Amino acid sequence: MSYEEKGTWVYLVTSAGAYAVYLAIVVGRLLSTPAPEVSYVPVLVWTAFASIIATTVGRVVFETARPSDSRRADARDKEISRFGEHAARWFIVAGASAGLAMAMVKWDYFWIANAIYLGFVLWAVAGSALKLVAYRRGL
Amino acid sequence: MAKSKPTRLTNSIRALRFASGEMTQAQLAESIGVTRQTVIAIEQGRYSPSLEMAFQIARVLKVPLDEVFHYPDGEGEQ
Repeated sequence: MSYEEKGTWVYLVTSAGAYAVYLAIVVGRLLSTPAPEVSYVPVLVWTAFASIIATTVGRVVFETARPSDSRRADARDKEISRFGEHAARWFIVAGASAGLAMAMVKWDYFWIANAIYLGFVLWAVAGSALKLVAYRRGL
Repeated sequence: MAKSKPTRLTNSIRALRFASGEMTQAQLAESIGVTRQTVIAIEQGRYSPSLEMAFQIARVLKVPLDEVFHYPDGEGEQ
């Protein structure tokens, strides 16, 4: 497994994990509080920040456990990265479009922010999954 | 090899490596500036290299390009 493929695995796990934590906390609050009053911003910021830290630490740990021959991304790594991000871009488009539509009909900020955040998370998770399929099955 | 491959391009890299003094995948990878995993993917037909990389591989193996890579006749013609 190349250095970049390991990084993709780590990114997939941390992105999905961070969102799962965010969702568990926010949905828990949503059950007892109306959406406009739910405090989601600190949770969103902290889980996003924790995801970045976890990705960095995860890469170091993975690399220590299973060292790579090289840490430089080659032509195949770059093609796979472009493929995954391009193929998953529709989640960003969908999240932004949903946010725009919600803003136009004056939905609460809570829903707009969460629609856009979900778009980013799905882009990260689907993009990483597609990259891993490309690493395993080929481009 | 029942699994369909993403490319119809085939190659003789593995045989040519052994003919070139038992060259390892790691040595070939280092010579052309890619990871060993990329050489493995090319050998297994999971990745089609760029034309430039194909020429680099042929040069390292000291054979013409069409001795390294093969494309089946009639395939892809409409």
